[in-house]
Amino acid sequence: MPRYGMVIDLNKCNNCEACVTACKLENNVQIVSKENAEMGRAMFWIKMLIKNYSGNYPDIRSESLPVSCMQCDEPSCIKVCPVRATYKRDDGIVAQIYPQCIGCRYCMANCPYTAKVFNWFKDEQPVENEKTYNPDVSVRPKGVVEKCTFCIHRLQKAKEQAKAEHRKIREEDYQPACAEVCPSHAIYFGDLDDPSSKVSKVMRDYRKFTLQEELGTKPKVYYLSAMTE
Amino acid sequence: MDNHQYLDEDEILFRPIYKTGKGFYALACALAAIVLFGLIMYIRQFVFGLGETGMNEPVSWGFYIISFVFFIGISHAGTLISAILRLSKAEWRRPITRMAEVITGIVLIIGGLHPIIDLGRPDRILHLVERGRLQSPLLWDFTSVSAYFTASSIYLYIPLIPDIALLRDRGGRFHKLYKILAWGYDGSEKQKHALERAINILMVMVIPIAVSVHTIISWIFGMTLQPGWHSTIFGPYFVVGAIYSGIAALIIVMIAFRKAYHLENYLKEIHFKYLGTLLMVMSLLWFYFTFAEYLTTFYGHEPPEMRVFDYKFVGSYAPWFWLMVVCNFIIPVVFLSNKKLKTMGGILTTSIAVVIGMWLERLIIIVPSLANPRLPYPTGIYVPSLTEISLLAAAIAAFILGFMGFSKLFPLISVWEIKEGRKESVKEVTERLNEYLPTSKHVKVIEEA
Repeated sequence: MPRYGMVIDLNKCNNCEACVTACKLENNVQIVSKENAEMGRAMFWIKMLIKNYSGNYPDIRSESLPVSCMQCDEPSCIKVCPVRATYKRDDGIVAQIYPQCIGCRYCMANCPYTAKVFNWFKDEQPVENEKTYNPDVSVRPKGVVEKCTFCIHRLQKAKEQAKAEHRKIREEDYQPACAEVCPSHAIYFGDLDDPSSKVSKVMRDYRKFTLQEELGTKPKVYYLSAMTE
Repeated sequence: MDNHQYLDEDEILFRPIYKTGKGFYALACALAAIVLFGLIMYIRQFVFGLGETGMNEPVSWGFYIISFVFFIGISHAGTLISAILRLSKAEWRRPITRMAEVITGIVLIIGGLHPIIDLGRPDRILHLVERGRLQSPLLWDFTSVSAYFTASSIYLYIPLIPDIALLRDRGGRFHKLYKILAWGYDGSEKQKHALERAINILMVMVIPIAVSVHTIISWIFGMTLQPGWHSTIFGPYFVVGAIYSGIAALIIVMIAFRKAYHLENYLKEIHFKYLGTLLMVMSLLWFYFTFAEYLTTFYGHEPPEMRVFDYKFVGSYAPWFWLMVVCNFIIPVVFLSNKKLKTMGGILTTSIAVVIGMWLERLIIIVPSLANPRLPYPTGIYVPSLTEISLLAAAIAAFILGFMGFSKLFPLISVWEIKEGRKESVKEVTERLNEYLPTSKHVKVIEEA
């Protein structure tokens, strides 16, 4: 069984937020109104965490990193869910079952990465957005929690494709939208347990770290720290 | 049936059941309007989603969870106080226990509804039963609150039976209801013995349940990784806070109904003085726990913990935090340790301050931890919406309304216990005292007195 994981090379990442946009479109993540976004209800499955600003306007440099669900091996969200609406699959992906979720938001309160988002309202998008809807991903009803799934629908598709062609699933068959779209190729994705996969190769870097390692949640999203002069 | 033949010395305790003033109806209507408005706001929220509240990310819990913890805390007034006073054979408990138990019953219903109000999908509430995960603290909570409600409503009902029997014998309105509820109680020796046995078993049983309920509520927070929540002290800290706010609420209710129903002869100043002393003890205990909790956080000085700490002590929540300290510590200590200030007015002021302070404490525990996530995200802002405020008002109104309704059906002071006290307790206490005291001369002194 593979164990999917991600490596983000911060040396290559230039904070363009293409991953953020691609993710929103790929997963039909609700676009909320301006007022709600200002209230802190903007919905992202992957977002830019700005750690620091340096320099003076207009020469500002932001030190930031893209943060999605960490797909922890010891997820704290699963521990507290009262109805098993979130669970860890055998391939390591932490999945959500939307029709099961009662919307208590306990998992959100217990996620040390603040990775989960809640559907505060019914998903009502402008008509123009219809063209961009991804038919492979269900739109979430109001009142449930959602989060990054490593584009699990792509895995499903890739598996079926591979089965139809009587072959094993290849690394390039299954890449989440953020990894696929990244213009500077900063995001690597693949099977962490396969020593020949690209992720496990780039992971053998001394720059490797995970967020809040000390909590023991064992995230499967790794970072390679940026080199500074 | 003519009620006059049953006139007895405790007639005043029955009076609210038969006579209702205009003021009562006016107040009841006003309260019902508040409850109705809250209901409308809730239906709105149910239809449009939780976006009607002020909650957001990262502050994903707000007024509803605060009220939940707060109201369940108030419920400790009843069972714990009444059970402990009964257990310790404190004679002054007699006019207090009933009111305390009623508070528990009503407040548990209101508090227990709050997590459901807070759900994004209340229509799926049965998932908790169908596919609940026992590993989740939320399910422990569901279990313990329902167990507590069951135990405390039985604990309210059993000592109520002799009074219902009295009401049944008086006839009049609702006598059919009383007949069913009285379960054929006629005060025979055998029945009385069974009743007392049941009360004794229940009061011992109810204490660990009450303690466990609030411990488990604190564990909702304690079991998470959130800075400011992940603390071993939370169980006892919440229990102490619960009893503290419970006593304060009990005092307020007692003073209000004493005035409304002219119960000055039963609820004397001495009762309030004793309860005031209890309140003072709880205030000091509360301060001790709060001090211990924050001092250890400060000395540990972990950055995520300190972010929450600073937010409470000097940041946006500082006004609320220090107001809480004033309400929960400074006012009680000043008013209750000073003989001149420990008057009825002083005790009432203190109790109101404590109830407000304890509500603030729940706010200060819940919101700052959520507003300051571990990762360096910007600090969250939480402003409650009209929906949340009106539901808080509705909850308080429903509590008063429930209490008023109860007072129209059953006596607020346990009549049979008062009668029993009058008949037997002097003898009993004398006997008990004689047991404590060294034998010889002293015995005589008491007997003579």
